[in-house]
Amino acid sequence: MAELALVLLLVGLVPTGAVWPQPQLVRESPGRCRLSPGRFRFGYARSSAVGPGCAVLDQAFRRYWRLLRDAGPRAPEDTRPWEPLCAELLVSVATPHCDGFPNMDSVESYKLSTSEDLSLLSSESVWGALRGLETFSQLVWRDEDGMFYLNKTDIVDFPRFAHRGLLLDTSRHYLPLRAILETLDVMAYNKFNVFHWHIVDDPSFPYESAAFPELSRKGAYNPATHVYTLNDVKLVIEYARLRGIRVISEFDTPGHTLSWGPGHWTLCSVACDFILLLSLACRRSNPEIQAFMQQMGFGQDYAKLESFYIQRLLDIISSYGKGYVVWQEVFDNGVKVKPDTIIHVWRENAGPYQQEVARVTKAGYRALLSAPWYLNRISYGQDWQTAYQVEPLEFEGSLEQKELVIGGEACMWGEYVDVTNLTPRLWPRAGAIAERLWSNKTVTDLQDAYIRLADFRCTLLRRGIQAQPLFTGYCDAEYSGF
Amino acid sequence: MMQGQRRAMEPARLFLGLLAVSAALAASSLHQRPPQPELLLEEEEPELGESPSGSLWPLPRSLRILPDQLQLAPTRFQLVHGPGSTAGPGCALLQDAFRRYYEYIFGYSKWQNRGQRPLPTGTELFQLQVIIGSKDSECDNYPTISSNEAYQLSVTEPVAVLRAEKVWGALRGLETFSQLVYEDDYGSFVINESEITDYPRFAHRGILLDTSRHFLPLKSILTNLDAMAFNKFNVLHWHIVDDHSFPYQSVTFPDLSGKGSYSYDHIYTPTDVRLVIDYARLRGIRVIPEFDSPGHTQSWGKGQKDLLTPCFNGEHRSGSYGPVNPILNTTYHFMTDLFKEISSVFPDAYIHLGGDEVDFTCWKSNPDVTEFMKQQGFGIDYAKLESYYIQKILDIVSSTNKGYIVWQEVFDTGVKIKPDTIVEVWIGTSYTTELSRVTRAGFTTILAAPWYLDYISYGQDWKKYYSVEPLNFPGCEKQKKLVIGGEACLWGEFVDATNLTPRLWPRASAVGERLWSSKNVTNIGDAYNRLVKHRCRMLRRGIAAEPLFVGYCDHEYRGL
Repeated sequence: MAELALVLLLVGLVPTGAVWPQPQLVRESPGRCRLSPGRFRFGYARSSAVGPGCAVLDQAFRRYWRLLRDAGPRAPEDTRPWEPLCAELLVSVATPHCDGFPNMDSVESYKLSTSEDLSLLSSESVWGALRGLETFSQLVWRDEDGMFYLNKTDIVDFPRFAHRGLLLDTSRHYLPLRAILETLDVMAYNKFNVFHWHIVDDPSFPYESAAFPELSRKGAYNPATHVYTLNDVKLVIEYARLRGIRVISEFDTPGHTLSWGPGHWTLCSVACDFILLLSLACRRSNPEIQAFMQQMGFGQDYAKLESFYIQRLLDIISSYGKGYVVWQEVFDNGVKVKPDTIIHVWRENAGPYQQEVARVTKAGYRALLSAPWYLNRISYGQDWQTAYQVEPLEFEGSLEQKELVIGGEACMWGEYVDVTNLTPRLWPRAGAIAERLWSNKTVTDLQDAYIRLADFRCTLLRRGIQAQPLFTGYCDAEYSGF
Repeated sequence: MMQGQRRAMEPARLFLGLLAVSAALAASSLHQRPPQPELLLEEEEPELGESPSGSLWPLPRSLRILPDQLQLAPTRFQLVHGPGSTAGPGCALLQDAFRRYYEYIFGYSKWQNRGQRPLPTGTELFQLQVIIGSKDSECDNYPTISSNEAYQLSVTEPVAVLRAEKVWGALRGLETFSQLVYEDDYGSFVINESEITDYPRFAHRGILLDTSRHFLPLKSILTNLDAMAFNKFNVLHWHIVDDHSFPYQSVTFPDLSGKGSYSYDHIYTPTDVRLVIDYARLRGIRVIPEFDSPGHTQSWGKGQKDLLTPCFNGEHRSGSYGPVNPILNTTYHFMTDLFKEISSVFPDAYIHLGGDEVDFTCWKSNPDVTEFMKQQGFGIDYAKLESYYIQKILDIVSSTNKGYIVWQEVFDTGVKIKPDTIVEVWIGTSYTTELSRVTRAGFTTILAAPWYLDYISYGQDWKKYYSVEPLNFPGCEKQKKLVIGGEACLWGEFVDATNLTPRLWPRASAVGERLWSSKNVTNIGDAYNRLVKHRCRMLRRGIAAEPLFVGYCDHEYRGL
């Protein structure tokens, strides 16, 4: 019995159509074609509203062309002496927008049809085309002789949730830019679409603000090396855009603002009076705070102070025309927030998170789920299964309430994580969450998920990503990126 | 808001996500106690400060650091054989070590671009002279259980002197010397005048790596040997084969790896094994291979016909196989030839023979085994059959002039073992009682139970490993002396080349200090301050050691 998993991991038994995350609809038909990774071409269909010059797709074509050579080994059920050759994949996008940024309403659906006559990927937007290219890259496989193949397949696919995020924390430990960029690559392989950048916090302030350079000069671990320059931030945003990923940066306040302290005066001199407050808020004995509390008639209710602070902050942010996502306490503490605010549910010990999701949606707010997906909390064994088995809509509420759950985020907080262990700790565990947020509600078979995810992690290794094993076994190409 | 603090106060999740895919899948392959859920240790944000002992890890036995600082000029400083040393330039082991430690001390800086200005008289350290005292420096030997690792280090102007009886002590002293040198704010290399006398508390300080559940590329193993040397470990316990795969390429029985390895590429050739042994020797590290039997041998059966016991389902063979078949003469012929080869390939005086977790179900199902039991008068006591098998294996290995180490079950089931057998204690529950029993019976023992590093949990679990006191069990002085050391074990169910290094280091460093330093070195705060710096040093030396807690290193890991 111990051998069961091993046997399943043998290359021959991974189904040829295995894709991670599982597409909504896959139909494999008999028939396949050979594919020459050197001569294969990606191109725009004549019907496409976007064409050469569309950076998002031009770049993606090149990326996925390179990845063709990393196709995974499969053992076909039968062998045939000769197969027709598939020469190209044509992409047809319906709407002509190419230079924008992905947003909450971006349409990521696509249809993919591969056959010896014509392989066509069609989508509403370039973002859907990106998802389809990823799926296409996972359909290509190799036999034992190293030949590349593509089965005749039809796929209709779209995400279950619009917001599929991953949180990285660059304050508790600084993460070099290349670690962030690599994470964005792997996010795209997993069809994640939001990078939640918890960029500053108590321990350090690595963000180099143009308006307030003192913040990082005094708040970074090392202001010369442990910072993100404006160019770095631009690069991350563009790199993410090219992969259909939004970047949401979080400046968590007021509790987590110790690192803002040494440079706060510049902020105050330009911004407003409440920033000073926030830097002092942690010290309840502070006489200025006391006086302010009196003046405002808050008494000793510090929740009111926090509400006041958040209210002001939100007003300021809205005045810049940005939407906002706040952690659940803002809602819990009764801060008046705009109806379009998104509440991020993260707490586990304040009662079951399902109840919080129910409360938030009942109040008419949109909800984002992270509580069961704190990947920094490691434990022995296959904990990806726990993350995988979460059903985000399993809470008491009406259909309207369920529709207010816009997705979720995998969180990798940084207390114990830096560039030495980030990647293996994140992947393939975050993949479990990616599939939960993308695939159909009915995709819950753990055995099937295990086989596909173990295979997908080997794909990640071939693509140079240091993804850790699920359990005993091996990959044809082990990690060698020392 | 307030994420960090509140997160840290939540109780740990108590679920175990294990085994849901195939309930049986992990059950028989866990060479381990079931993980014990624990409540999360609540983390106070530790105050990072300066230890009076700087960044030394593990802490030397006796240490005097003076305030006087000396500078080292990379262009002039030399590591040399001192006057009267019995080792000279012909000692390749030391020559290699000199070059290595020069690079560790200076290599990662861009000092080459700096001017070569002379330093004021009396403030420069020009040399480290290494003096081996014993007539036989043991330069060309392999380290053994009784190797002398003691050394004395005296750093004074203008030359520092490192004295050791044998090269093994010199290697440990070089590591210590390299840890004394630091770069000041101006980029100068500085060392304080110091006097150090040092020797290990325990002779056996091991790391167990498992290359069967996942294959570890050679590079992973070599990198790990580097890190072991940085932490003064001296034994690599190489759990080389197991149920899952047989990567050891045997010259006598090439089919074992030919059919039992994961793939053609997942094999250690004789050259690879040789390289590991030599690389380890140059760092004063012994390599003890483990060929575990009669259980944990599924992969052996693929390349060796009739080695494993066929299991029965009633009257008929079920198609699956159990432990090694103990009733056939061919089994012992095979083992004789295999261990003959192993004993010549691995120079160490010990071989680990495993002997743990033998499942009797298959033996019980097999009518031939039942018949054999009758003949031998074993009744239905299958422990006697196990004992019979182990006895024979011990005799075979003894005849190759090797000593042996076994897992504790061999002792527990009452197998008759020779008085010089080393018993390794691994079962987590009540290991102190087990230590008492094993040593009362007069056996030498190695402790692994509290140091299963593959059991990860959230938070600073290194403190747990650090707080273990190996001799804290009921027993007399004589019994305590029988504990020759311990091992940090990193079993491979969930570990391969992708996560090995950050999972092992610096958590294993905690075990390293426990096994090397004095019993009274137990201050967690001081240890934290030193270990944070030690982990940054490992990063600079190319080891992807993970962080202990929030913070940073001047030079973050560059390997990505």
